[in-house]
Amino acid sequence: MDWFFNFPDMSRSDLREFKKTVDFAFTDFSRTYGQGIEEFFEPLLMFLVWFEKLFINTPWPVIIFSILLLAWIGSRSILIVVGTFLSFMLIGYFGMWEDTMSTLAIILVATFLCIAIGIPLGIAMARSNKVQAAIVPVLDVMQTIPSFVYLIPVVMLLGIGKVPGLIAVCIYAIPPIVRLTNLGIRLVDKDVLEAADSFGANYWQKLFGVQMPLALPTIFAGVNQTIMMALAMVVIASMIGVKGLGLPVLRAISNQYLALGLMNGLAIVILAIIFDRVTQKFGLRMQKYRNEGKD
Amino acid sequence: MDSKNVLIKVNQLYKIFGDGDKSALDLVKDGMGKDELLEKSNCVLGLNNINLNIKRGKIQVVMGLSGSGKSTLIRHLNRLIEPTSGEILFNNTNILNLNSKELIQFRQNNMSMVFQKFALFPHKTVLQNVGYGLAIQNIPKNEWSDKSQKWIKRVGLDGYETYYPGQLSGGMQQRVGLARALATDAEILLMDEAFSALDPLIRSEMQNILLDLQNELHKTIIFITHDLDEALKIGDRIAILRDGSMVQDSDPQEIIMNPADEYVSDFIKDINRARVIQAKSIMTATNAKSSGATVKEDMVLEDILQIMSDAPSKPVTIENAKGKITGKIEMVNLIEGMKRPKSLGTNITG
Repeated sequence: MDWFFNFPDMSRSDLREFKKTVDFAFTDFSRTYGQGIEEFFEPLLMFLVWFEKLFINTPWPVIIFSILLLAWIGSRSILIVVGTFLSFMLIGYFGMWEDTMSTLAIILVATFLCIAIGIPLGIAMARSNKVQAAIVPVLDVMQTIPSFVYLIPVVMLLGIGKVPGLIAVCIYAIPPIVRLTNLGIRLVDKDVLEAADSFGANYWQKLFGVQMPLALPTIFAGVNQTIMMALAMVVIASMIGVKGLGLPVLRAISNQYLALGLMNGLAIVILAIIFDRVTQKFGLRMQKYRNEGKD
Repeated sequence: MDSKNVLIKVNQLYKIFGDGDKSALDLVKDGMGKDELLEKSNCVLGLNNINLNIKRGKIQVVMGLSGSGKSTLIRHLNRLIEPTSGEILFNNTNILNLNSKELIQFRQNNMSMVFQKFALFPHKTVLQNVGYGLAIQNIPKNEWSDKSQKWIKRVGLDGYETYYPGQLSGGMQQRVGLARALATDAEILLMDEAFSALDPLIRSEMQNILLDLQNELHKTIIFITHDLDEALKIGDRIAILRDGSMVQDSDPQEIIMNPADEYVSDFIKDINRARVIQAKSIMTATNAKSSGATVKEDMVLEDILQIMSDAPSKPVTIENAKGKITGKIEMVNLIEGMKRPKSLGTNITG
């Protein structure tokens, strides 16, 4: 009855062998292809560096003015614009301007990447149940696997730096935009699609003329979630060499600097709130036609 | 029937929903009914051997209770639903043989559709909705917008061009739906319970708009409804479906005077016969002038009664649209015509 009380597991030596094999195989893989993969991501790195420099080197009043303008265009709310202004003034006053700009740069690039990859993926999922069945489990894994676990292979392949950080952020942040694009398109009223069909619309006319516009508010909720999740990753990304607000937080944890941790942590929260409010207001304005008048 | 006037010809059309529809088809062709088929092969019988000739420029009504297959039938005409077997000829081309490009062309040019739940594009304005059928044919904006404008005016929505459908009432939304369907100048108009979702007054108003338009445009209209009064009001011909089979397809008067079976009788049981039966259905044919007043042969009995009540003993003369005398009606014919035929039961209830 021994097997009943003790799980009949692999022997220790076998297990060690197994892990070794996997590790060596991956090390070999990264030795062989690491260089190539790094070169593949070179343009991304250049873009990221350029973008970050742009943010840091532009005089702060110009940046603040641009951000306020964008906040106004997005939300059309004086309250949000004033809040944004005060927040950025405080961030700058407490000496976190440069870190905030770095974080802003990586968040924007990550969001852009997620949208560029995620929306077409979501469209493909909405078009075919088979594609959906194949992608959903992958998204499940991406959302539930602890970030540290996929940091290991990413770092082994690309080393420490901005690009692996960006990839880690994207892996974490892309699922909502994919899921919500798929959901938004699938939720479009069947009657309306039938009407488009009956007038002889082809697939692309239906997609861009009817499905995407009607799914846009849902897709936008996905963009909002993607930005939020990207922000949540900045501290973890800083562990593999991404500069920005995450780094001081990391330093604060290891050295027990309460004030430093709090300040930078709050700066991340402020960014998150501003992004969230502006994008949500924008999303609401996009579906204005839904809320007016009678049924 | 004059075959050159037939625009759409539906031949032996079958539709079976569910897996294994081909083997189920054989069962149906051997005479299996809807319920038995569902039990035996888990397939739903949608349409069972439909044969229908739809005449150019006429309003063909397709009637039946919900689940009788009428919406399924109309969706076969523009292939929103593919049949299990059969053919649909439009000007002698079988539209089931069109490839996807030709089908899109066909839908753009030859048929347009009005839906029960309007199915307007909520994110487009009234103008953009009406112009949709034209815009997707890559017609330049100023052209489709002018045309749409004209139809918006024609259905009485002048001034609402920039509104969104959500801002309009149900009746107004369906006017947009109608204008959208008319804007493509398609020869055939498919109307799937187009007025069923509207309240009675608005429905009657929409029916009048449709009849007005039809007087002017002479489209071929296939109109689905479950409402007999509506069918009688607008139909040039009425087909009645039951459980996917065609029970009767005839002139509206014929349906009231000679219902094909009990199902049809049930349908017409509660109608006000005096208000729908026309003189020509009950008159005695003769060329001679009678002693009473002269009326047109499409006058309904209720109105004739009004005229005859002044001189009950004098038979009225019936003439056709060209003024030629075709028959006479006596008071006793009138009473006979208004009373329910024996087949509809003799109990006086409604």
